[in-house]
Amino acid sequence: MIPAPFDYVRAASVEDAIRLLSEAGEDAKILAGGHSLLPMMKLRLAAPAVLVDVAQIPDLHGVAEDEGEITIGAATTHAAVAASEVVRRGAPLLAHAAGLVGDPQIRHRGTIGGSLAHADPAADLPVAVLALGGAVTTVGRQGARRIPIDDFFAGYFETALRPGEVLTAVHVPCRPHAAWGYQKFARRANDWAIVGVAANAGRIALAHMASTPVRASAAEQALAEGAGIDAAAASADAGTDPGDDLHADAEYRRVLARVLTKRALLGAR
Amino acid sequence: MMRVDITVNGRARADDVEARLLLVHYLRDVCGLRATNVGCDTTSCGSCTVLLDGASVKSCTVLAAQASGHEVTTLEGLNRSDGLHPVQEAFRQEHGLQCGFCTPGMVMAAVGLLADNPDPSEDEVREGLEGNFCRCTGYHNIVRAVRAAASGGRA
Ligand SMILES: Cc1cc2nc3c(=O)[nH]c(=O)nc-3n(C[C@H](O)[C@H](O)[C@H](O)COP(=O)(O)OP(=O)(O)OC[C@H]3O[C@@H](n4cnc5c(N)ncnc54)[C@H](O)[C@@H]3O)c2cc1C
Ligand code: FES
Ligand code: FES
Repeated sequence: MIPAPFDYVRAASVEDAIRLLSEAGEDAKILAGGHSLLPMMKLRLAAPAVLVDVAQIPDLHGVAEDEGEITIGAATTHAAVAASEVVRRGAPLLAHAAGLVGDPQIRHRGTIGGSLAHADPAADLPVAVLALGGAVTTVGRQGARRIPIDDFFAGYFETALRPGEVLTAVHVPCRPHAAWGYQKFARRANDWAIVGVAANAGRIALAHMASTPVRASAAEQALAEGAGIDAAAASADAGTDPGDDLHADAEYRRVLARVLTKRALLGAR
Repeated sequence: MMRVDITVNGRARADDVEARLLLVHYLRDVCGLRATNVGCDTTSCGSCTVLLDGASVKSCTVLAAQASGHEVTTLEGLNRSDGLHPVQEAFRQEHGLQCGFCTPGMVMAAVGLLADNPDPSEDEVREGLEGNFCRCTGYHNIVRAVRAAASGGRA
C-alpha cells in the first residue's frame, strides 16, 4: 500500500518546524516516528499534503531531571524511554510501559510525543503519563504552553494541541519510591491493550475503556478513603464507557478493568 | 521528487525518489536488494526488517526520506567474503527456516537483538523477536539458532 503523494520537509529546530507548519497551512501534518501516521496514510485514512518531520530535531531528544521532575524530549523513542536510567529510577511505570509498546522494531521508531499527540485510547504511554500526573509542553506561533495531562486528552484521537503546535516535551514527577503497577491485557504479539491499567501512588488510569485514556476516579477515591484493594478495584469501571470490538465486548472490558486494577494495585504495594 | 542520501550496506548513494517511497521499496526497486521481503505491509510481520543506524526497523513503515542521512543494513550487507554471517550460519545449522520467507527479517531482527543483548536467555530471544512472525517453523529452531549464534560469541 502506497500513501497518496505528499511533500516531505525535515525541520532542523522547533522554530523551523513551526515556520514550516504555518507555511504549509492546514494540509500539513507533523511526522515523528511515523508508526501511527504512516499506517494511516498507507490505508488512505489520512492524506496530508505536507509532512514536517520533527524526529531529527536535536532539542526534542533526551531525558533530563531537574527539581523533582523528569523531562523527556517529544521525539525520544519508546526504546530510549524504556532504557533511560533516569526514567527507570524516577518513573519506573513509564519505563515499563514504554518497554511493552508493540515490539522492538516499533519501539525503535515510535516516539513518546507522537504517542501522546496521537491519543489512541488503547495506547500504553498516554495512560502511563496520566497515572503519573504528568504534563506536556507545546510550542506554537503564540508561544509555549504547559498543559497538565489531565487536560490534554480531549476526545477520540483528539488532544488540546492547536493546529500548527508542536508537542516538545513530556514531564513526569520523579518519584523513585512511588508504588506502581501496570497491567496490559492483550491476546496477540505486538498488539495494543484490550484493556490496560496503570496505577501510581494512588492514581489509576485505564486504557481502552472510553474514547480517551481515563482515570478510574471512583476507585482512586475509595483508596483515598482507606478502602482495601478488593473494594477499590470493584469500582474501577465506574463512569467508563468501553466499546465493543473483535477482541472484547463492553461487558468483558468492564470485568477486565476491575480484575486488572486489582492486579495492578496488588503489584503496586 | 526529492533527493535522498542513504548509506546502504556501507556504500553511500544519492537517489531522486518520490517523498512517499517506502524504505522497503527503495531497497528492493531502487537499490535492487531483494532479500528484504514485504509480508503484511502493516507493520506486523517483521519480514521487512532492516537495520537503520544499527537498530531493527520495519522498512514497510519508514519512508526512504526519513532514512536520508542515515545508514541502512539489509541481509545482503551481512555477507562476508569468508562465508555466511554467524547468525545466518546458525539458522542453517539449527534448521531455523523452512520456506524462508520470514528469514531475512528474522535474521536482521536477531542481529539487532544480539547487538543490544549479546547473550539473551530463551525468554529474551522470544520477546526480542516478538515483531517477527513465522508461519512455518513454530519458532523453536529459530530461538535455538539465535542462542547458538550468541554462544558462538561471534554475532
Ligand atoms: C503494529 C503496531 C503496533 C503498535 N502497538 C502499540 C502498542 O502496543 N501500544 C502503544 O501504545 N502503541 C502502539 N503502537 C503505536 C506506536 O506506539 C506509535 O509509534 C505511536 O502511537 C505514535 O508515535 P510516532 O512517533 O510513531 O508518531 P507519528 O505516527 O509520527 O504521529 C502520530 C500523530 O501524532 C502527531 N505528532 C507526532 N509527533 C508530534 C509532536 N511532537 N507534536 C505534535 N504532534 C505530533 C502526528 O502529526 C500524528 O497525527 C503500535 C503501532 C503499530 C504500527
Ligand atoms: S511487511 Fe513490514 S512488517 Fe510485515
Ligand atoms: S520459514 Fe516460512 S515463514 Fe518462517
